Amino acid sequence: MSLLDQIPVVVESGSVVPEADPHPQGYGNAEPVLHEVRHALARLISTGETTKIDLKAMPFGPGDLEHLLSVLGTGEVQASIDALGPTRVQETAIPGVWLVDYLNSEAHRLALHLEIATVPEILCPQPQDLNDAIAALDARLNPDQSDPPLAS
Amino acid sequence: MAARKPTEKTLGESLRERGVSRRGFLKFCAATASMMALPPSMAPAIAAALEKAKRPSVIWLSFQECTGCTESLTRSHAPTLEDLILDVISLDYHHTLQAAAGDAAEHAREEAMAANPGEYLVIVDGSIPGPKANPGFSTVAGHSNYAMLMETVENAAAVIAVGSCATFGGLPAANPNPTGAMSVMDLVKNKPVINVSGCPPIPMVITGVIAHYLTFGRLPELDAYNRPMAFYGQSIHDRCYRRPFYDRGLFAKTFDDEGARLGWCLYELGCKGPTTYNACATMRWNDGTSWPVEAGHPCLGCSEPKFWDAGGFYNAVSVPTSASGMNVLAAGVLGAVVGGAVAVSAKKQTKAEVAHRQPVTVEELEAKL
Repeated sequence: MSLLDQIPVVVESGSVVPEADPHPQGYGNAEPVLHEVRHALARLISTGETTKIDLKAMPFGPGDLEHLLSVLGTGEVQASIDALGPTRVQETAIPGVWLVDYLNSEAHRLALHLEIATVPEILCPQPQDLNDAIAALDARLNPDQSDPPLAS
Repeated sequence: MAARKPTEKTLGESLRERGVSRRGFLKFCAATASMMALPPSMAPAIAAALEKAKRPSVIWLSFQECTGCTESLTRSHAPTLEDLILDVISLDYHHTLQAAAGDAAEHAREEAMAANPGEYLVIVDGSIPGPKANPGFSTVAGHSNYAMLMETVENAAAVIAVGSCATFGGLPAANPNPTGAMSVMDLVKNKPVINVSGCPPIPMVITGVIAHYLTFGRLPELDAYNRPMAFYGQSIHDRCYRRPFYDRGLFAKTFDDEGARLGWCLYELGCKGPTTYNACATMRWNDGTSWPVEAGHPCLGCSEPKFWDAGGFYNAVSVPTSASGMNVLAAGVLGAVVGGAVAVSAKKQTKAEVAHRQPVTVEELEAKL
């Protein structure tokens, strides 16, 4: 063990709040995003248009992201996708507002999105894969045939 | 690293062979959109373009530099350097990273140039002793930096200058510039030059520019300094999370006063955010962990020309007074708030004007708002 861990380190910041505080303060930059989410929800309801918000691209200060997620809360649905590392999908307590956390195989965050949709896009099968689905199933139903029958 | 023809496989084919599903590819594209500072809704379009993209051959030249830019690139997280080399580009020459040395290394560069005429990218980090300087000031394999640069760019598609040394001369060009250091754009006039400034640049900005070229098959939109607008289109100040404190006139006076502890604006401590164009405020460093202002330090302005000779890092932002008597302060303040104006006006500044820099007080700045 190095002696580094014996050096007392105190992290100070005006925005630091106790972990148990259910209402983290932040720098006030979460509020505009919450209003953007509200507009996106209205669009989803009226036109069906989905919206994605890149939270990593926001100029958040310490506490802002925590405040945003605290307001949105945690909903009923969780999903995990194993493709190029894990992707975690969490419904927020606001129906139609999803938190999609893209991680690589080393658990580094690649992107963090809020997705305002009925179902997050990453959960849906890709159209090209659907096109190949029947052929893939036929190949499993007829493993002895080198050429699977044409899809019908 | 043997040179490869760029037409061997598309990126989509390459990823599929490695067992990457289409859903995984979409995820890669979501991360790529974030990296390129594009809206997440662009991910499907990026997927469609990258599916058909070919890996470009890349030759990386290192001249008068500290290797900080390469260090920065190797800390890129999205995509990782391994992803970048294996999937996005074919890094055919980089004498710091490659295993080969001596003749074999130099042959790799020559082979990449011969195999991909007119199609390879040249990335340069470090400044170059100019044609009038002693060629012995900086050499690679016995060739002067100038000779190697001009030979390599002759048949290149484009040149990406990475870091403040390659883009603007950097610390080697600091007064009195003993080696006659020049930037890439000072020397290369017949090829597109993209400047990715910063000391060092944000790693994901380096990879983002390459990914943009690969995705769209053309160079990104550039500002007056040839920097990609996607990353350098807004000032640090405009995107700073401490901006609300600036707007309310709340400034830290010292590094350990109550204002500093409460996270107030660092303008009076010398923050160059109002005149600095970069993506630190949103992309951050070390895998999005933090950035200088979040760590409590003012922005140094490292992505701007001549930041090394522009006065003290801890003096409040200053703008030069013009010889014509025009109140450049007004232009500076407007540019800091609206964005863009400072970059254009600053390009026209002369050394004499820089010598007449005057500090701008907070009261003056606020009076102009």
